[in-house]
Amino acid sequence: MNRDQVLNALFATGWKAEHQEADHFYGRATLGNQEVTVIGTSERAEVGADMALTMARVVIQTIKERSGEPIVFLLDTQGQRLRRRDELMGLNGYMAHLAKAVELARQRGHVILSVVYGEAVSGGYISTGMMADACYALADAEIKVMNLPAMSRITKIPLDHLQELAKQSPVFSPGVENYLRMGHLDAVWQGDYAASLAKAITDLQARSKAEISVDSRIARGVERGGRKAAGVVIDRVLGHA
Amino acid sequence: MANSFLEASARERVQGVCDAGSFQEILKPSDRISSPHMALLEQPVAFDDGVVIGRAALGGAPVLVAAQEGEFLGGAIGEVHGAKITALIAKAVQEKPRAVLLIFESGGVRLHEANAGLIAVSEIMRAVCSARAQGVQFIGLIGGSAGCFGGTGLIARCCDVLVMSEEGRLAMSGPEVIETVYGVEEFDSRDRALVWRVSGGKHRYVMGDIQALVADEIKAFRDAAIEAMNTGKVDFDLQSIEAEHALLTQRLEQFGDCRDAREIWQRLGLPSAEELALMPADEFVNATASARNVARGVQ
Repeated sequence: MNRDQVLNALFATGWKAEHQEADHFYGRATLGNQEVTVIGTSERAEVGADMALTMARVVIQTIKERSGEPIVFLLDTQGQRLRRRDELMGLNGYMAHLAKAVELARQRGHVILSVVYGEAVSGGYISTGMMADACYALADAEIKVMNLPAMSRITKIPLDHLQELAKQSPVFSPGVENYLRMGHLDAVWQGDYAASLAKAITDLQARSKAEISVDSRIARGVERGGRKAAGVVIDRVLGHA
Repeated sequence: MANSFLEASARERVQGVCDAGSFQEILKPSDRISSPHMALLEQPVAFDDGVVIGRAALGGAPVLVAAQEGEFLGGAIGEVHGAKITALIAKAVQEKPRAVLLIFESGGVRLHEANAGLIAVSEIMRAVCSARAQGVQFIGLIGGSAGCFGGTGLIARCCDVLVMSEEGRLAMSGPEVIETVYGVEEFDSRDRALVWRVSGGKHRYVMGDIQALVADEIKAFRDAAIEAMNTGKVDFDLQSIEAEHALLTQRLEQFGDCRDAREIWQRLGLPSAEELALMPADEFVNATASARNVARGVQ
């Protein structure tokens, strides 16, 4: 799906763009009887310092001007911008700033959702979508750090060996199903996306602030069998006298 | 005991930075908690999975501490490594120590278990921010030879305070990655002085990304960490996020057309990059004090 298709599928005529460029956009949408803030990346955006700062500005503005309004991230990104100038500016600081703004919004009672509708890669995803209260992906979306041929080159592990192991383990190969099994995604959406989004927001709003503030992804990864080792570590460390 | 922070191991850093004899490790190597995924890929494992965690005292105050070991896979974050840090932060929320000390040395996500590593980085970031909002202070130390890159660079910038040596490097993508994608003209990863001017401690200090620049000595890191514990807590609130937003906005306006710290330093009226490179940390801090205020928008 591209930006216009996903906006149409989720909001139909309820979408009002405030700003729209090829690789990012934001605005507000009507969903049932409430307004939501929408922040998105598109066309496999490279997330650089300027874009991260823009997204943080919209989050801060929502906190200040629209108390409690839900925030929805719609994502299609190839990862962080790989330029010397962005590194000189301190790209990690801009991305962390965005992540902190999202956390502050959570503290202030905004429910935050993310939906990967295209591709989500590493640094482009961490400080936006991965900081949400609930994370979703469309069935034909892709989430990854690196594809297997590149991983094979860097780790010197033969590609056919990696492809074989990827059938047994969700831990390294691309795919939304792997991120579901490891507990990161709440669900992968199919069918009626608008109904899925409305239900996801209602479900979050029905939960207490204390419930939302708990990051349950490791527990969920243990339940789904994709991250057992992390569960053991958490139990042993918290149980340590 | 090693004196150079750069050359020390994770355990030596913990022991040297914290009060002598105070460190009690949680999940010791003898507990044999290592990565199940590295074993599946027939790769070597470490019985601490490249990170040491535990309780200690700093200047007499109780702290929790995590230190990454750059010698094991460049300190990269996998499932177990990440869960150890996330769990330590959860423990800090329960116990409310005076501070959590994070001694970074890591290239970011471990490719062998990339999905687990990526998720773990986001969990640690969320945990740091959430614990800060509940009153826990985080002090990050950066001065290892593997630097602090990728997801670890994001975690670092979620801390209240960062202490760094000139030798430390803090960034998102490493120069090799950028050179591979866009060529040597974009970023020559073998030009050490350039790499240092883009990601090194002195550049980060002038920009205001870190709060203290120290010499490459474990004692200097210890003194700065104690100082940070006493004076460096930053409330996690709208005011501090807005202040950071103003600083980062001004930086792009003031320096967004630069591609080398040399240009930034010239614009700030500082001595030449060659002179600055030779200055010891304390002298550099004095020489750049007013320029640093300009760069940070402080009157």
